[in-house]
Amino acid sequence: MSVAAQTWPDARGRFGPYGGRYVPETLMAPLEELERAYEAARADASFAAHLNAELKDFAGRPTPLQLASRLTEHLGGARIYLKREDLLHTGAHKINNCLGQGLLAVRMGKKRIIAETGAGQHGVASATVAARLGLECVVYMGTEDMERQRLNVSRMRMLNAEVVGVDAGSRTLKDAINEAMRDWVTNVRTTHYLLGSVLGAHPYPRMVRDFHACIGREARAQILAAEKRLPDWLVACVGGGSNAIGLFYEFLGDASVKMIGVEAGGRGTGLGEHAARLAFQAGFSGARPGVLQGTYSCVLQTPDGQIAPTHSVSAGLDYPAVGPEHAWLAEQGRAEYTAASDEAAIDAARTLARTEGIIPALESAHALAEVIRRAPKMKHGEIVIANLSGRGDKDMEILEKYL
Amino acid sequence: MKTVITTRIARRFEELRRAGELGLVAYITAGDPTLEASERIVLALAEAGADVIELGVPFSDPLADGPVIQRASERALHSGTTLRGVLDLVGRLRTKTEVPFVLFSYYNPVLQMGLEKFAAAAAEVGADGALITDITPEEAGDYRAAMHARELDTVFLAAPTSTEARLKLIAEASTGFLYVISRTGVTGAQNALAEELPALVRRVRGATSLPIAVGFGISHPGHVSLLGGLADAAVVGSALVAEIEKAQSAEAAATAIAAKARMLKEAARRGISRRESSR
Repeated sequence: MSVAAQTWPDARGRFGPYGGRYVPETLMAPLEELERAYEAARADASFAAHLNAELKDFAGRPTPLQLASRLTEHLGGARIYLKREDLLHTGAHKINNCLGQGLLAVRMGKKRIIAETGAGQHGVASATVAARLGLECVVYMGTEDMERQRLNVSRMRMLNAEVVGVDAGSRTLKDAINEAMRDWVTNVRTTHYLLGSVLGAHPYPRMVRDFHACIGREARAQILAAEKRLPDWLVACVGGGSNAIGLFYEFLGDASVKMIGVEAGGRGTGLGEHAARLAFQAGFSGARPGVLQGTYSCVLQTPDGQIAPTHSVSAGLDYPAVGPEHAWLAEQGRAEYTAASDEAAIDAARTLARTEGIIPALESAHALAEVIRRAPKMKHGEIVIANLSGRGDKDMEILEKYL
Repeated sequence: MKTVITTRIARRFEELRRAGELGLVAYITAGDPTLEASERIVLALAEAGADVIELGVPFSDPLADGPVIQRASERALHSGTTLRGVLDLVGRLRTKTEVPFVLFSYYNPVLQMGLEKFAAAAAEVGADGALITDITPEEAGDYRAAMHARELDTVFLAAPTSTEARLKLIAEASTGFLYVISRTGVTGAQNALAEELPALVRRVRGATSLPIAVGFGISHPGHVSLLGGLADAAVVGSALVAEIEKAQSAEAAATAIAAKARMLKEAARRGISRRESSR
């Protein structure tokens, strides 16, 4: 493990100035309990063995690192590898964290899990793990997201999860998190909140990162086996940022490896038209450090501190704040953050489908859009790993409008 | 070091203690439905006997609030209410009443204004303290310093889940009074008070000599009566905000909310007298 990776977060859950724990008092003791339980589980070899067995036999790890040979040829620049998290059970990386937290919930004696979901991938993974472990599961989802990700709503219900529509605010991921936190604050003694990204109060950003760090661990070993050297670039989409940090983390100590997080550029650079919190160098406006839903990070907001509306074609990226560790990586210049528009993401999805035979999730398509933009300008010997964090079946209703 | 501050809040609780009377802390969301309406409503509340008034600063993502205060927040934001606007409201009210004011906010609007700027403005308009819903003593160092430098009270929450160690931290960070959340959950009216409440209040008493106000789910005069002899004040929020939501005009809201406050205050007085008679 690299030096940089070992340093953060500090004991108070801070990544530099970002992170921390900003919650109503009722949740403080439960967060402390969760932190202790997680530390104990980390130190327990039987927990790791159980989790690794589930990741292998149930979820399908390790996932392949595939050379995208026709996409590489099509773009005519760098060699492009895809980390195929889309091949995991349930169709996205989210299952890594859900298995980890699900086993932790069992260990803590919690019989009920709640989750929020945007694109529905975390909701499906939560419902799946709940069924596998025999836990009750309630998933909160904005009604706008329920409409645009209908297939995933049906999958969750098939798995016996209760899906609760949230009609407040923008009716998207942010509002689903508010409602999940209201449930948690009410049922905190019996319920584990299975938060789905590197967001929220400490220890969530660290714990969720750790559960996804297998992505980068595998990718690092796989690229060394395939190319006998480290990659030049890592590219991943960033909503909350769980798949990105999962890929980046193991490489943080490798100074030669450059990292790019791709946010949702939506339909414009004005506040309300995008969900780009860190790509301000690309002209996206409205993000400043602030506190939302338990953590201090970069937040899209009005000058008065009200949280701003966001837009993205991709429900999983449509969120006004970003994981605190990403805010810190951006501030240090360790990772670069940019944004891809709705249109570029849809074009990228089509390009990948037609060159590689893979329909990506619209979230992952944002990462591919950046690869497509940059790869032609890169040298032939350069190596890019893009995280293909999810598959696109859930997005077909949106994508079929662009066939 | 424990900071001792003597604001209108401390003085009011001292008066209540001497009179052997349970206090009534009344919450409304400022700007619901407009700041002008809030001005009328607050004056009516003060007139009706509210001992402390909590003015909620509306926030786009009120994750500690139930549906009634969520909707109040939406109405207040819809009419353009900002933290600055709420501070100006306090300034206007302060020329007309001496009732203590606590600004009740989520952290982000305060953070965006700037902690020192917020404290300076709050002191200047005549507010007496603040309660930030989503900040706990661990993250509150700068906030407390800014507030105490302006002799403003910092009220923190204690919850049923708070451990003894946490109650100690909360007691050390609080001035003015300590707000005990009656049950796990969000704000909003409930039929019955939590059975665990007396034990919780006793635990908090063991950690602090500050006055204790109990809130979350307090809506009926019966609840208020029960708190007599247990707590120093009852906090009523959603039940009052619901009156604003039902009313057809600011004037009707002020009348209805004052009637409700008078009834609750009456119960607060009776609740104490019952305790005294049972001794």
